[in-house]
Amino acid sequence: MCLAVPGKIINVTEEDELLRQGKIDFGSIVKNVSLVCVPDAAIGQYVLVHAGIAISVVDEAEAKRVFEYLDQMGELTELEMETS
Amino acid sequence: MKFIDEYRDREAAQKLARAIARITTKPHSLMEICGGQTHSIVKFGIDELLPKDITLIHGPGCPVCVTPIELIDKAIELASRPDVIFCSFGDMMRVPGSRKNLLTVKSEGGDVRIVYAPIDAVRLAEKSPNKEVVFFGVGFETTAPANAMAVYYAKEREVSNFSMLVSHVLVPPAIESILSSPDNRVQGFLAAGHVCAVMGCEEYVPIASRYHVPIVVTGFEPVDILQGIFLCVKQLEDGRAEVENPYSRVVRHGGNTPAQELVRRVFTIVPRKWRGIGKIADSGLGLSEPYQSFDAERRFNLAEGGVDEPSECISGLILQGIKKPCECEAFGVHCTPESPLGAPMVSSEGACAAYYRYRRFETQPEIVGSKA
Ligand code: SF4
Repeated sequence: MCLAVPGKIINVTEEDELLRQGKIDFGSIVKNVSLVCVPDAAIGQYVLVHAGIAISVVDEAEAKRVFEYLDQMGELTELEMETS
Repeated sequence: MKFIDEYRDREAAQKLARAIARITTKPHSLMEICGGQTHSIVKFGIDELLPKDITLIHGPGCPVCVTPIELIDKAIELASRPDVIFCSFGDMMRVPGSRKNLLTVKSEGGDVRIVYAPIDAVRLAEKSPNKEVVFFGVGFETTAPANAMAVYYAKEREVSNFSMLVSHVLVPPAIESILSSPDNRVQGFLAAGHVCAVMGCEEYVPIASRYHVPIVVTGFEPVDILQGIFLCVKQLEDGRAEVENPYSRVVRHGGNTPAQELVRRVFTIVPRKWRGIGKIADSGLGLSEPYQSFDAERRFNLAEGGVDEPSECISGLILQGIKKPCECEAFGVHCTPESPLGAPMVSSEGACAAYYRYRRFETQPEIVGSKA
């Protein structure tokens, strides 16, 4: 039940400060989500959502690092050679 | 879906598994704390990709599984009242209390509703002024901001017919309790990434050094989990015991400050009983002084009562990683997801349910099997 899912912010409504909300696109569905805990998150960014509230902004640059790391280990290069 | 599919890449997972095999020179036992990770491990067959020397022990990180039977009984008592609309996350509906579960109460005419977000229960209270709306506030640190938000909103908007039955638990005290047990076999931890997204990594630093265990903040997709295992094994092989955070796309070292402030405002640290494990000091959250009027136990004056759990169920041993689900005699015989004896068979994140679903017929897991 603790699963949190990444989704993209497609709009933000500010009119109620207590309920700063955004529409989040999860790929197959769009849901209204509270953005009170990610005050700087903006349209186009990805947030991690759990129980109707965004708990973190997904850092795209950091996301790339996992694969760069694998790359460093020589693994992805090896993979590319195998598949090309 | 972005940030999911690429982390399920079969080739990348197998490369990482080979890297783990390359660096492993002796046996290591690692515990994944979180039930969501247990589910992924069993579903994708991650344990089967690992060298024989690596044992994964499934930890107690499923709030559904550790909510004490007394609290389930209290939920049932409240849900059975004609003046109450009882709201809960879906996973709690089939958790057995001492006599029945919430689903039975609903079939008997109780107004029990599943909500996706706790705030939805407050909105329901606003729309139902003649009813008391109670939300079953369970969860780890991941869920605490959403639950805190609901109570905070109810107080700000003076929604006086809303209250919460709180059974919140915290991860670091559970890790310490496992490490200080004489039966402990765990040498390294995969910390639950989404708990750390909220709370950050700081709390784990003293635990890693005091008990000399590596703690690696780990995500939920196969590549995340394998990377967590790789770094944990690497530390054990090098004789290091540090907190590492490869899940940095989601987890900042300090966590989410606005979320922590919200949680600290609404909740306070209390002792909690864990189902199958027992009481752990400072291991839970309860409502703080200014929010106690939203405490359902207080509002409805619920009596304390000790209840025995079914003796056949060895969930305590499962939740502490001492036994695996298939070592329970009731597994798949008297205990199935349709008619669970213990909570780990109910939630899809419970170890027993994960084994029942993915291991009962020895089907090919998705990664090691032919499909990606
Ligand atoms: S299989 Fe059922 S009875 Fe056995 S430990 Fe798991 S939940 Fe309890």
